[in-house]
Amino acid sequence: MTHDITPITMPKFGLAMTEGKIAGWMVEPGAAIKTGDELVDIETSKITNAFESPVTGTLRRQVAGNGEMLPVGALIGVVADPAVPDTDIDAFITRFQADFAASSDAQSDSAPVDEPVMMTVGDHTLRVHERGEGDGTPLLLIHGFGGDLKNWMLNHAALAHGRRVIAFDLPGHGESSKDVGPGTLAFFADVTAQLLAQLKIRQAHVMGHSLGGGIALTLAHTAPHSVASLVLVAPAGLGPQINMTFINGFIEADRVRAVQDVLKYLVHDKSLIGRRMSDDVLRYKRLDGVQAALRTVADACFPGGHQGDDLRPVLAAVGVPVTVIWGREDEILPVTQADGLSTSVERHILPDIGHMPQLECADKVNGMVEDFMKSKVVAT
Amino acid sequence: MSKKSFRQAINEALRQEMRRDPTVILMGEDVAGGRGGSAGIKDAWGGVLGVTKGLLEEFGDTRVLDTPITEASYIGAAAGAAVTGLRPVAELMFVDFVGCCLDQIMNQAAKFRYMFGGKARTPLVIRAMFGAGFNAAAQHSQALYPLFTHIPGLKVVIPSSPYEAKGLLISAIRDDDPVIFLENKVMYDEEEDVPDEPYAIPFGEANLTREGRDVTIVAFGRMVGLANQAADRLEKKGISCTVIDPRTTSPLDRDTILECVADTGRLVIVDESSPRCNMATDIAAIVAEEAFDTLRAPIRRVVPPHTPVPFATVLETLYLPSVDRIEAAVTATMAHRVVEKV
Repeated sequence: MTHDITPITMPKFGLAMTEGKIAGWMVEPGAAIKTGDELVDIETSKITNAFESPVTGTLRRQVAGNGEMLPVGALIGVVADPAVPDTDIDAFITRFQADFAASSDAQSDSAPVDEPVMMTVGDHTLRVHERGEGDGTPLLLIHGFGGDLKNWMLNHAALAHGRRVIAFDLPGHGESSKDVGPGTLAFFADVTAQLLAQLKIRQAHVMGHSLGGGIALTLAHTAPHSVASLVLVAPAGLGPQINMTFINGFIEADRVRAVQDVLKYLVHDKSLIGRRMSDDVLRYKRLDGVQAALRTVADACFPGGHQGDDLRPVLAAVGVPVTVIWGREDEILPVTQADGLSTSVERHILPDIGHMPQLECADKVNGMVEDFMKSKVVAT
Repeated sequence: MSKKSFRQAINEALRQEMRRDPTVILMGEDVAGGRGGSAGIKDAWGGVLGVTKGLLEEFGDTRVLDTPITEASYIGAAAGAAVTGLRPVAELMFVDFVGCCLDQIMNQAAKFRYMFGGKARTPLVIRAMFGAGFNAAAQHSQALYPLFTHIPGLKVVIPSSPYEAKGLLISAIRDDDPVIFLENKVMYDEEEDVPDEPYAIPFGEANLTREGRDVTIVAFGRMVGLANQAADRLEKKGISCTVIDPRTTSPLDRDTILECVADTGRLVIVDESSPRCNMATDIAAIVAEEAFDTLRAPIRRVVPPHTPVPFATVLETLYLPSVDRIEAAVTATMAHRVVEKV
């Protein structure tokens, strides 16, 4: 007991208090004190209060002097029995200060290393996540309707070797701003081109999923020089059919169960759709403006319940290597839309996979994309 | 998206709704506060715990109204303002003060829609802080949500985190019925990621903060965090829990509770309000009535004793449900042996 050293730290008088000033010590070092004795006046932005000793002992040190402003929890004094040697007190203070500094650093020094950032691109604020570095042609990932950059969570890091790989939230999606203009593929392709320019990327491999595939194709048409190759995962634009039960259900669902029911259309293995995923989708869908944005996109891209853009001519005319990846059990865009493409288009039809191959068989898709990009770099 | 405290999340919800809708006004004791003090300071307080700070500056004193210390008058005025076209957010400070204005809430605001044959709307929000653990003694520490839940015509919201607080308060403000929005005063400094944009969380849908096989825990407000801590510990011992945060006690998401109990067969309810006629007894009754044959063990309640909230810190700590007590209740319900009928 006699060897106990008790730190006296800046108290927290109210919930809003983050720091306090030593307004005046009332006890000199060396004085004997009892629990409840007034030790020091502490001044906050609201009030000056006497701080009472939490222990009985001898005030051995005033670590903070009168007038000093310190954060809550910082060491202001030390109480111990007179028998405790000064060297022990010094060691205690050194250790406490080091620990305190380390813990406050840990809080403030959380420099985001591998985190998305918010970027202003034209009139839009986009959430952009860049990974990887190297001389390889960068890869841009474009998610689909209602999705966000997390749709690539099993691909993004895996593909980020020897090149920059950029995933982002389209306008109206994820954490990006919610204005979707006319909501057309051309609009999204234009924003994508602006993003590439801002990232100082002259040319990129572009991998698009679903609506993002349609955007990638449109980009290859409107800004052909910026596209090195296309990886199209169950892309929009290759046939009129689309599951409007999913589209409308996704836009309207505002409860976990309803969301869960529509998300099941996305995958072949329904057990993949858990409550956590539905919660994530709901967090997005609850944001002001999301429902209107999605409605605008659906009206622009799927007028009358069909895909309004026929991108087959674009695909036929595009001058860069293309690979198409499609799940045979796709319930959103039927796999038959991959039929009848030019023989120069590489085609991977995946058995027992739904609309999200990049999620349902990520390793396989990553391997295909890696091989495709490698072979194209050699070829060009 | 950025880290925000419970206090900041509530402030942001108020600010964004006031920007969006000019009919949203604030009123209450010290929602600005400190007027007439030195150096021309206009809102030295911004609410007794700083929740409404900065709003007077942005919206002025026609929309941020400091009221006299007379709950009956300003809660009554807020109810009247709501019926006549504004969307007032009235702050009761400590929920314990409801004693002074219960008629305005119970007999007036809660009844307008019904008494006027559905023709009156009362888009009123009453914010108040509640709960023990703040060393504020018996008249400033009660958790009176069962009192409001008891009254038809009121909606009652108890947010369990900063994310929940912002989305539920925005829903409360946009709602056309009187909503009692209760903030546990111990939580104001708790932080988590909260979107910068406005968003609305619908009433009457429970949130599952985790899903498990063995025991369902239903908890309210700050108790949700404690229940999750207990569930973390229990997980290490091989007991997996579902934790349900009903979000609103009125309307109450009975379906989710009943479904989870059907899955796990065991129920523990954590409620920091006085134990007689509280949410724990209410939910226990619903489950006993609707899902009796899915239960594999008696329902257990983790609740305070039927006493005023003690002031002494050690007693106040003993009074409140704790992680230890939740863990013990779950362990006890797991230990219960099912006796087969002969």
